[in-house]
Amino acid sequence: MDFKTRVLTKSLFVFHAACSPCNNCDIEILDVLTPRYDAERLGITLVGSVRHADVLLVTGVPTRKTAVRIKKLYEQAPKPCLVIAVGGCACGRIMFRESYMSPCALDELLPVDAYIPGCPPKPEAILAGVVKLIKKLRGEG
Amino acid sequence: MTALFSYLIFPGFLFSALVGLMACWVDRKVSARIQWRVGPPWHQNFTDILKLSFKEIVLPRGAGAVFLLSPALGFLAAVLTATIVGNAFVTPGQAFVGDIIVVLYLLIIPAAALIIGASASGNPLAAVGASREMKLVMSYELPFILSMIAVIVKCGGALRLGEIVAWQLNFGSNIVSWSGALSFIAAIICVQAKLGFAPFDASEAEQEIMGGVLIEYSGFPLAVFRLTRAILVYTLPLFLISLFWAGNTGVLVILGKYIVLLVVIILIKNTNPRLRIDQAMRLFWGPVTLLAIAALVLALLGK
Repeated sequence: MDFKTRVLTKSLFVFHAACSPCNNCDIEILDVLTPRYDAERLGITLVGSVRHADVLLVTGVPTRKTAVRIKKLYEQAPKPCLVIAVGGCACGRIMFRESYMSPCALDELLPVDAYIPGCPPKPEAILAGVVKLIKKLRGEG
Repeated sequence: MTALFSYLIFPGFLFSALVGLMACWVDRKVSARIQWRVGPPWHQNFTDILKLSFKEIVLPRGAGAVFLLSPALGFLAAVLTATIVGNAFVTPGQAFVGDIIVVLYLLIIPAAALIIGASASGNPLAAVGASREMKLVMSYELPFILSMIAVIVKCGGALRLGEIVAWQLNFGSNIVSWSGALSFIAAIICVQAKLGFAPFDASEAEQEIMGGVLIEYSGFPLAVFRLTRAILVYTLPLFLISLFWAGNTGVLVILGKYIVLLVVIILIKNTNPRLRIDQAMRLFWGPVTLLAIAALVLALLGK
């Protein structure tokens, strides 16, 4: 594990990209920042601008409108930028798979690094997913 | 050679950056404890800076050299301020006449660098942030300078930071006198705005204008801006101590006073909601300026 990866995994700036979700996943993401779970102790902070981001936290199904924008958002982020799909919609479109408004799944648009399934996933599940991603980056398993 | 050493190592760049980043950690930790959280580990800000300097630098369309150079401008000015203020304690006799005026000018440059960089990025939200920052600078400079004048009058017209410190060593801290206490209150509110902390963080409000002035910055320039902020977090409370509270300049005493001032600033930050920019201007040009004028009058009367 090189030094770059080491510092990257110790300070993840997260940009929360709501890609037409139903807001349940977004509420659970905010729960991760609350005193009970406190993601900041792992160095994870939510940032306002995608230019500061290391992680794109995507919730929801890419629709015809948001698919273009989520791709643009990924292109605007400075690399290396990781993508985490939170919730069943972002992971595999669940019941919107046959919808005429949903052109493709998220991982057909962007290189997704971690999938956190659930409808919505619990805060514990989101933290566990992030920790697994960190371990994968560090090559620890 | 000595000048270079004091600019680059102690009390300039290296020292102020280390202390400033630790102070930023104190800020995050105390904020976390106030919100009943655990908070980040002590090395968090160092890690953030290192990580940002390895990231890609995205250059928005239309942005050029000005966009990339303005962080350096603010950074160099902040380091120079840290050097001058630090030397007022280390070698009080060697200061040049009028260094307090130089410090006043230098303290505007980081804000000016933010405004220039934000305007150069060509982002509309950055333009909103820049205009707010500009208004904020215009509003807090008046009471800040007035409270400095009150201190200068109180110390018998001393225009050197070193002389002001020496005066307080002989006659006691300014803060225990009426004029000193009032101008200290005015100055600490201005320092809050200079640091861009809540309630005066409208120019980089993350929730409404997505980082405002910093919105287009990524990678190394963003790291430089964060480092500048950290150096200011070290310098400004120390500047306040040198002006108002320098009755005893032992190293440990200064450290204790610095931590007290820092925690006061963090508490103000955590207990106040963000002011709209017009509310901030009204506050600075109204009550805070009146406070500073009252302090100046009291200082002229010798209180």
